[in-house]
Amino acid sequence: MSRQIGEVILDLKQVSLSFGGVKALTDISFNVREHEIRAIIGPNGAGKSSMLNVINGVYRPQEGEIILRGQRFTKMNPYKAAQAGISRTFQNIALFKGMNVIDNLMTGRNLKIRSNLIQQAFWWGPARREELEHRAKVEDVIDFLEIQHIRKTPVGRLPYGLQKRVDLGRALAMEPSILLLDEPMAGMNVEEKQDMCRFILDVNDQFGTTIVLIEHDMAVVMDISDRVVVLDYGKKIGDGDPDEVRANPDVISAYLGASH
Amino acid sequence: MPETASSQALDTFPRLLLNHAQVRGSKVAMREKDLGIWQCWSWQEVADEVRALACGLAEMGFKRGENVAIVGDNRPRMYMMMSAVQCLGGVPLPLYQDAVANEMLFVLVDAEVRFLFVEDQEQVDKVLELQEQLPQLKHLFYDDPHGMRHYTQPFIHDVRELMEMGRIHNRNHPDLLTTEVAAGSADDVSVMLYTSGTTGKPKGVCLTHKAFISAARGGADFDHLTADEDILSYLPMAWVGDHLFSFAQAMVTGFAINCPESAETVMNDLREIGPTYYFAPPRVFENLLTQVMIRMEDASAIKQKMFHYFMAVARRSGAEILDGKAVSVADRVLYALGNFFVFGPLKNVLGLSRVRVAYTAGAAIGPDLFRFYRSIGINLKQLYGQTETCAYVCLQPDGEIKFDSVGKPAPGVEVKIADNGEILVRGPMLLREYYKRPDATAEAINADGYFMTGDAGLFDDEGHLKIIDRAKDVGKLGNGAMFAPNFIENKLKFFPFVKEAVVFGDRREMVCAFINIDIGAVGNWAERRGIAYSGYTDLAAKAEVYGLIQESIEQVNCELVGEGVLADSQIHRFLILHKELDPDDDELTRTRKVRRGFVAEKYAVLIDALYGGKDSQFIETAVKFEDGRQGKVAADLVIRNLKVFGAAGREAS
Repeated sequence: MSRQIGEVILDLKQVSLSFGGVKALTDISFNVREHEIRAIIGPNGAGKSSMLNVINGVYRPQEGEIILRGQRFTKMNPYKAAQAGISRTFQNIALFKGMNVIDNLMTGRNLKIRSNLIQQAFWWGPARREELEHRAKVEDVIDFLEIQHIRKTPVGRLPYGLQKRVDLGRALAMEPSILLLDEPMAGMNVEEKQDMCRFILDVNDQFGTTIVLIEHDMAVVMDISDRVVVLDYGKKIGDGDPDEVRANPDVISAYLGASH
Repeated sequence: MPETASSQALDTFPRLLLNHAQVRGSKVAMREKDLGIWQCWSWQEVADEVRALACGLAEMGFKRGENVAIVGDNRPRMYMMMSAVQCLGGVPLPLYQDAVANEMLFVLVDAEVRFLFVEDQEQVDKVLELQEQLPQLKHLFYDDPHGMRHYTQPFIHDVRELMEMGRIHNRNHPDLLTTEVAAGSADDVSVMLYTSGTTGKPKGVCLTHKAFISAARGGADFDHLTADEDILSYLPMAWVGDHLFSFAQAMVTGFAINCPESAETVMNDLREIGPTYYFAPPRVFENLLTQVMIRMEDASAIKQKMFHYFMAVARRSGAEILDGKAVSVADRVLYALGNFFVFGPLKNVLGLSRVRVAYTAGAAIGPDLFRFYRSIGINLKQLYGQTETCAYVCLQPDGEIKFDSVGKPAPGVEVKIADNGEILVRGPMLLREYYKRPDATAEAINADGYFMTGDAGLFDDEGHLKIIDRAKDVGKLGNGAMFAPNFIENKLKFFPFVKEAVVFGDRREMVCAFINIDIGAVGNWAERRGIAYSGYTDLAAKAEVYGLIQESIEQVNCELVGEGVLADSQIHRFLILHKELDPDDDELTRTRKVRRGFVAEKYAVLIDALYGGKDSQFIETAVKFEDGRQGKVAADLVIRNLKVFGAAGREAS
């Protein structure tokens, strides 16, 4: 493997998040290094999705701070996160069902579009040039994810596994430096999971993208991630490389079940 | 024609290529859809890239007469590599891209391949799997760099490196290509195609420039093809049909070939290109029609009415209008209306609006299917040929189309029927030899220079050839009556619900059959009737499905009564197999022909049950999944008896 895992790029310090009386996350600290694949695992309701939502600013934690490339964010919001190169996919696919694949992927380019509304409406001069450039980038993503055959199909008509792939494509179209994946393989069959694994590894390898993913399939997590953080009831109970985590007695009893 | 003088010299493919670069240098020769856009190469650009490839190969130590294997989907650079190898007097050897590593091994060893050109990472991985068994392999080139960053083996190269090397070499030795092309002869082998091998090991069929050029030119003249045709190149490059249509005929006439973006986008790309000349095996036409029919069932009532009304008009007069026969004025008017409302838009949806000539071959095509396409105005014709004859033996002339024949002997081809019914052919398009197999060559070509096709057939009164079966498959029933299994199987396969059929009966008292249902068609049928099923095995075991198939087979039995000598071949008992026959399980060849002997051996217990009079039989079968894992499918198969008919068409038992 040629990719070199680098310095810490994203550091979460003592993050706590509660909704009224419900404590979703309690005093959680962990970091993500550049170019690594970092998995967050835990039983249902452990706070995994909340964790991702904190990272890209959908939720604001009551306590703690997020340090992204040395810059301190106490108030992260999704716009800032996207500008800082963080993109994500969603557990329940968040695509425009009535739009085709190309248009959905183009929405991933939105942040990078410079021309204004009027220029775009008339599709004139720079707006036109710009759109062609973005379209070319989108075609690269289509080629990368091997979805040429559904280019013009409305997303709502696609099978679930392919919708997930398009969702990943939309996130990739942003050319992120950090990619957050919320259960990218949920509800997929074996073959679709294999494909998705391959794409995640390829993204990481070819573009050097740092990946933070939540996943339930333990075999997948242990196979593809460099380091794993384990949550249970909003608390961190384990952190380390897959072998360490697998051997951690707290993790075994909390997540894998007591019988192991 | 002014070309006659020069065509004398244009007797090898490299010479044809260089000529096109001169005569129509700026005309489009190849297109490929990449990143959503059709990228084009002119004949001049093709010639330049071929030059770079050839010089690169020369720099790498390529020797005249060497075989170069080419594995991948239809891509412009794959075709260019064939030309480059031919320029240097080598022999391109295209392989089936979906072959598993072990199937490739035999050919790569047999042909002593030192240079290998593959499309992408998937193929590279297959070769690496075999690397230890391929000591003679020196260089492996790949076309698509996607995923190849970590392959550091020194013998693996990006084809762009090769071309860069070639360009430098060309600057230092500008005359090399010209000299090499001049050194080539029309009697050199131009391509080697391995036969799919229904029996035994595959054999390399060596076909000369002369053979392929004569076949390509004969076919092009026969159908008046020009340099303005467009063709979609989507069938395996290792198959003789693709080599004839996408390579040889393009080289002879100078028309453009178009490579689809991926295997899944073929139908879309077909619509975008709108080919004028089209080739597809019957299966493709069948799938197209099935899709049309399924979509029609979901269409609004008015559209359905219109469709059925005008299709009735087309059935009545469409094929006759196409053949230029006399048709009443009223029908002509109705047909023109139908063309405006139904046939035209339908052809447009299928991507067949511009087609002037379409061919099908490789397997028998159902008369209904054939008639459907002709009746909506698509000039679909059949041809007959094999790898050994450059797929060029018989063609159906315009206006003389018969549904049950494959046409008349093509220009320059002699065809005769041997005493045992076998079809013999002779002409310039014959193979030179089987590679390193003088024994097989001697067996296939008789003393008079006729190639023995192994097919049984007969000529009708008007000189049209009718194929009955494989000569070796034609057997005898216990009572001495003729038994032609393929003939019966094809009749069965003409039903949309039957995907594959295997019938047994040679040296037995009665005929029995295995059936594979078509999961698409039967599944749709089941859904419409509210029959729930979980997968192929489950659906195949449904009593309703058995009923459906039983009806179809009994109809075949009824038809067989009228076939004279074959009346005794009516099917007495059948079962529906619990799994689909699959090339991955060696039950079908890569071209999807049933391996009869293998199937009979593998499912011997089922055959015993059929002939032993049992009502059902348990079976468990190992299967290979697409990702290479192994699994088992088990089922209790029901066996049903069928009605057979006496001479008067009455029920006999």
